[in-house]
Amino acid sequence: MSNIPGELKYLSSHEWVRVESDGVTVTVGVTDHAQELLGDVVFVELPEVDADLAAGDEAGVVESVKAASDIFSPIGGVVIAINEDLEDSPELVNSDPYDDGWFFKLKISDADELAALLDAEAYTDICEAEDH
Amino acid sequence: MGNKTVLYEAHQESDAKIVDFGGWDMPLHYGSQLEEHHIVRTKSGMFDVSHMTIVDVKGAQSKAFLQRLLANDVDKLKVVGKALYSGMLDERGGVLDDLIVYRMPEDYRVVVNCATREKDLAWMTKQAEAFDVQLTEQPKLAMIAVQGPDAIANTKLARPDQAELIDSLSIFQGLESEGWMFCRTGYTGEDGLEILVPEAEAAKFWRDLIATGVSPCGLGARDTLRLEAGMNLYGSDMDESVTPLQSNMAWTVAISDQREFIGQQALLEQKSSGVPDKLVGLVLEERGVLRGHQKVIVDGLGEGEITSGTFSPTLGYSVALARVPAGTGAECVVEIRNKHIPVKVVRPPFVRNGKKVYE
Repeated sequence: MSNIPGELKYLSSHEWVRVESDGVTVTVGVTDHAQELLGDVVFVELPEVDADLAAGDEAGVVESVKAASDIFSPIGGVVIAINEDLEDSPELVNSDPYDDGWFFKLKISDADELAALLDAEAYTDICEAEDH
Repeated sequence: MGNKTVLYEAHQESDAKIVDFGGWDMPLHYGSQLEEHHIVRTKSGMFDVSHMTIVDVKGAQSKAFLQRLLANDVDKLKVVGKALYSGMLDERGGVLDDLIVYRMPEDYRVVVNCATREKDLAWMTKQAEAFDVQLTEQPKLAMIAVQGPDAIANTKLARPDQAELIDSLSIFQGLESEGWMFCRTGYTGEDGLEILVPEAEAAKFWRDLIATGVSPCGLGARDTLRLEAGMNLYGSDMDESVTPLQSNMAWTVAISDQREFIGQQALLEQKSSGVPDKLVGLVLEERGVLRGHQKVIVDGLGEGEITSGTFSPTLGYSVALARVPAGTGAECVVEIRNKHIPVKVVRPPFVRNGKKVYE
């Protein structure tokens, strides 16, 4: 079973969301389960800094040796940072999906949208259903 | 649950990620496909290819049968053990399968793909009716491909008693010994061996190879290695709908007045009316990955399609095989996720013996 940290929020499309301590900044990445499905990641395409994304917008692409997979913005907001280390070290998505392998940070526009995200338990159920 | 090779337990011991491949439960990777790829290019890796189908062709008319059955000519096999790569075609010249045929001391041995096993056996059996030949499948032989710059040295460490025989092999030659067969062939673009092993001895041999430093590698790395080496994959890069002339396999077609093989007439007609398209290599040196079925656009000539594409671990960017209009020059465009990306058109292979080789 893959690692699904209890303090994060999730999308069924396998992105994770960490709400930072200021309550309005979130960090987004893809889950351990997603990186296992993808296999070795070779390119990551990230959104532009200052891009204004709505929940569900396409925010980038992860390309592994095996397949290309779209990344969706889990929540509406403005991109304030992207993980530039992924340009030279895309394998961080495989080795450390929840820390060094993060994708981008958003300043969220509406904190109420967080309520629509899955908690760890609900996301675990989705992963288990996929495995069977 | 699919078919399992005799090495299935050994794969589980090495934490293989198992997937279905043509009805067989086979290892996709043992942790990282990329690492396995690099190991084969720099050291030595091994693949369980026991799912491949081995058919012995015996009888007085073996040679005549194979000269009818195959587009390449077994008459080229002048030395015992020598191997030949060939397409097996239908009457329309379509590729039923690609295979390797070995000249054995008396007769011949053919190794065909696993996904096409039943179709191939039915076709071969039907064509054999007109000849004095017997076809015998050898399902009790496992097959292990040891590939990479250290592959031969490590195999000799695992079977020191066979070192002399292994050293005697020229490239594309295979010789039998004690029910085993050591073949200097492969599907990676590296030197190495494909070894046919009696099933009962396969798991011990696999573990002995691990002990000499050979790493188990899965089908994932096998695919990126063969694609870098510019080798076709049956079912992706060619099938019954195309001829060898449309599949970068013209070099495997031996047309002469000495014999007539199945499909020869169709190939001659296609040659005289003009081969409509060709299989070429594509290279994308920027970010992005070329993948099978992406559309290829050739200015002024029309469209083609990528037949297989991947990120090339050795080169650090993407390469592909694509079927494009016959007149395609040095450049074309690939549609990737609704964007038009310019790519270079090259002659495969892309990588041989660990190094970039295309221009």
